[in-house]
Amino acid sequence: MWRQALSIGVATGTYGVSFGALSVAAGLTLAQTCVLSLLMFSGGSQFAFAGVVGAGGGGAAATATAALLGVRNGFYGLQMSPHLGRQGWRRPVAAHLTIDESTAVGTVQLAQHPGRDDLVRLGFWATGGAVFAFWNLATLGGGMLGNALGDPRRFGLDAAAAAAYLALLWPRLRAARPMTVAAAAALVALGVTPVVPAGVPVLAAAVTAVVLGWRDDAPATAEPVGTD
Amino acid sequence: MSGWVAVLAACAACFGIKLLGFLARPHWLEGERVRRVSGLVTIALLSALLAVQAVADGKQLTLDARAPAVAVAGVLLWRRAPFVVVIVAASAVAAGLRLAAA
Repeated sequence: MWRQALSIGVATGTYGVSFGALSVAAGLTLAQTCVLSLLMFSGGSQFAFAGVVGAGGGGAAATATAALLGVRNGFYGLQMSPHLGRQGWRRPVAAHLTIDESTAVGTVQLAQHPGRDDLVRLGFWATGGAVFAFWNLATLGGGMLGNALGDPRRFGLDAAAAAAYLALLWPRLRAARPMTVAAAAALVALGVTPVVPAGVPVLAAAVTAVVLGWRDDAPATAEPVGTD
Repeated sequence: MSGWVAVLAACAACFGIKLLGFLARPHWLEGERVRRVSGLVTIALLSALLAVQAVADGKQLTLDARAPAVAVAGVLLWRRAPFVVVIVAASAVAAGLRLAAA
């Protein structure tokens, strides 16, 4: 389990380098970039925050987008907390480490060894801890690299940011419904881009998802949380 | 909102949401619809961020070196390439196209 946690940590480290470089390219300082990784600690939200800032969006739009992308972590918490036990002061730390990877490993243990909450706890804490360590070190390295590179466009870092969003989106597109929503969201965002302030197109796309998802009468095919 | 205020507010919001999942257990959060909509919002946000980052330039839409770079990234993801390969390839395609056009 420790080896698995370590390899997941190293793998997310490569995201961390990208985030660090893209965040300073978007105009955040190295300190702000590192604080995002330390305190926000949720890759999707961090990429989104930097992306909205880089597009010229205001702090409020960037904050709203990051928070909306972080909502899934709340659901992960709902799912994980009964198995992590009553832990007093450890609970806020566990909440902080609740991300895609730690929840995924925890739920895999849950499925493979029902009733063995000790294994769920080990998987969750080992993965969350390893990702936290590598993510923050990689962010610092990536941020320094980004500062050293200078003009982000010359090195194609703006295209790299788009590729990062695509990579985050990719594993979630396994069914027809998500693909429809993704296409509609992109169309709405681009459609309103010429007429609204930067940052708002992305939030408009979120509203699109709520409207489409609310009236969805398809049979319950909600995928188990954390498999991506 | 200034830079630091936004950074700290966003961090607080994201942590608060995580903590809420551990502390609260309101029954309306456990409904199928809330969970489904939440998953779709994540997808919509990522897709919109991708679209804007790929073709928007301020308030204008433009096809430049970014679009082919994203297409290459898509092919690599389809071929199950690792994240870092996808990112480096996308940067290289965009940088190369700009160099060639300059």
